[in-house]
Amino acid sequence: MNQMTNSPMIELRNVSKWYGQFQVLTDCSTQVSKGEVIVVCGPSGSGKSTLIKCVNGLEAFQQGEVIVKGISVGDPKTALPKLRAHVGMVFQHFELFPHMTITDNLCIGQIKVLGRSKDEAQQKAAKLLDRVGLKAQAHKHPGQLSGGQQQRVAIARALCMDPICMLFDEPTSALDPEMINEVLDVMVELAKEGMTMMCVSHEMGFARKVAHRVIFMDQGRIVEDATKEDFFGTPRSERAQLFLSKILSH
Amino acid sequence: MHGDFDFSVLADSLPFLWTGLQFTLKLTIVAMLGGIALGTLLALARLSPFAMLAKAASWYVNIMRSIPLVMVILWFFLVIPLLTGQPMGAENSALVTFTLFEAAFYCEIMRAGIQSVARGQVAAGYALGFTYSQNMRLVILPQAFRNMVPVLLTQTIVLFQDTSLVYAIGAKDLLKAAEVAGKNYNRPVEMVIFAAVIYFVVCYSLSFVVKRLQQRYAIKR
Amino acid sequence: MNYHWNWGIFLEQVKGGDETYLDWLLTGFGWTVAVSLSAWVIALTLGILFGLLRTVPSKALVALATAWVELFRNIPLLVQMFLWFFVVPELLPADWGLWVKQELPAKEFFTATICLGLFTSSRVAEQVRAGIQALPRGQLMAGLAMGLTLPQTYRYVLLPTALRMVVPPLTSEFMNVFKNSSVAFAIGVMELTFQARQMQEDSEQGIETFLAVTLLYFICAFTANRIMAVIETRTRIPGTIAGQH
Repeated sequence: MNQMTNSPMIELRNVSKWYGQFQVLTDCSTQVSKGEVIVVCGPSGSGKSTLIKCVNGLEAFQQGEVIVKGISVGDPKTALPKLRAHVGMVFQHFELFPHMTITDNLCIGQIKVLGRSKDEAQQKAAKLLDRVGLKAQAHKHPGQLSGGQQQRVAIARALCMDPICMLFDEPTSALDPEMINEVLDVMVELAKEGMTMMCVSHEMGFARKVAHRVIFMDQGRIVEDATKEDFFGTPRSERAQLFLSKILSH
Repeated sequence: MHGDFDFSVLADSLPFLWTGLQFTLKLTIVAMLGGIALGTLLALARLSPFAMLAKAASWYVNIMRSIPLVMVILWFFLVIPLLTGQPMGAENSALVTFTLFEAAFYCEIMRAGIQSVARGQVAAGYALGFTYSQNMRLVILPQAFRNMVPVLLTQTIVLFQDTSLVYAIGAKDLLKAAEVAGKNYNRPVEMVIFAAVIYFVVCYSLSFVVKRLQQRYAIKR
Repeated sequence: MNYHWNWGIFLEQVKGGDETYLDWLLTGFGWTVAVSLSAWVIALTLGILFGLLRTVPSKALVALATAWVELFRNIPLLVQMFLWFFVVPELLPADWGLWVKQELPAKEFFTATICLGLFTSSRVAEQVRAGIQALPRGQLMAGLAMGLTLPQTYRYVLLPTALRMVVPPLTSEFMNVFKNSSVAFAIGVMELTFQARQMQEDSEQGIETFLAVTLLYFICAFTANRIMAVIETRTRIPGTIAGQH
């Protein structure tokens, strides 16, 4: 796969970030091209969640540059809400809005951010709920759904905004094991349709199936950034090998 | 601004204001110590297995907590002389009223404190052969008290502010002293401001201490 | 105890007037309710505003809101009543001050309402701040991530949940407003406590008077409690622990 001819969808250049004295990200650089699926993995505390949140500016960084479709995220002049409207994000704990129905969760961004009419938003919401297999739950509140269903709603909510790319922050790690697959199935389908995706995840089965590249992080650094074949074949760093052996032996 | 303030009279009236503040502090301390002691007993009553006792204590607490303090002050000032048959000064009446009133609030704090002590601790005490009262005195109350120190102090700040309400029966506290001094020197505005500053400084410093305590407790856990 | 009971006192005429004591108490009840409800409206509006300002990223706004809360929390309500009644008119421009002192209709009522409203707003603000800070941080992130601005995120995501969470503590604040309104007697608002003192002196039937007034305060507190309970049930979110029937 050679996408180097297009300019990348997401580009990180030497991103560094500190919490006070403590450095959480050190000199992180990578690129994601249109249609590419990247899985970011690494031990907890390695900075992977922080890194992915830098992409849509939810976390500020002190050095380096993040560029999404030509727009610099760190530039104080950038209108972050406008940028974020087109970068979908799915969270570890779903973060559906508990006081709204499922439909309202899917419509609020369309109406308030994209300025769509209520009718238009509801039609779109219905279509996407159907797609994730939750049409019947439209009138319910998030608390009445299982974790797996909530995460599928969260994906649908992000898709309603017609995102140019999607960020997933450990989307299955808060789920009971029997619910993980229903969420992964939706993600696999998305990947196959050509969505640009950056996923923080430990689901190596998912990575093997649809990822183009795997990024391995440790102590705030990108230690490995390799094609799927290389990564699962022979990871270069010892840390990645150790991590893989631990995570795959489960 | 048309009020031409003159704070020079403050210096002259300081000794007089000090006597007022002394009563305010005395009332606060007496009501705090008495209120915590009585409140702890009420809390034990509320948590006791004797239904009558628990009910009576809970009635007492709920009634005190739903009447405005000013009314409670007026009630006691009216009723105590009727019961004892002799007049009681406003100051003494205030001391009794505040102790009994604050007990209801300290009771709820101590009750939460006792309930915050881990069940295992209670069992461990009995396992050592302690009686109920030994277990309370030696194991549970010390922990309950320690857990609740910040909340007890916060309530004491509220109490300190509430003492100003003895104005209703004319007891001579800081606020009353400021009012009297204001009349004597014909500078009521300055005196009210001065009293407000004193209250603010005391309460703000105390709440700063509470915040510090809370932070220290938070780290320990 | 040597006390001469007279339960018929409420229907007797006051000395030097053609009203009954009951009329006095009912007038007092009316002023108590008027002061409390108007103060509660002020307290909720400003309390929510300053409570949420204490959670925003701007240091200046947080400092402003903190100063607000500390100022109104650390001075006794009665002293604040005196400050508003005696001191504030002196701080206004001369002609305004004069107008307030001499011409403002029902000036005791307005002074007491503003004073009680601001005092209570600092307490409401503390509850609202705690409610917002108790929300998972992910909620803010999720709102921002879909492109909502920060004010939109507060308006549509954070406040609706936070405010529901603080209904129970606000219930006791609402009941406190009625209790605290009694302090307004000191600046001459003719509310319940004022009438209680007046009737006690006039009729010399203290116990009957205070029992009736205490009962009226109970009614206020109970009604306030029920109103908030209805609000709590009505706004309950299906699927939350509190919302399970």
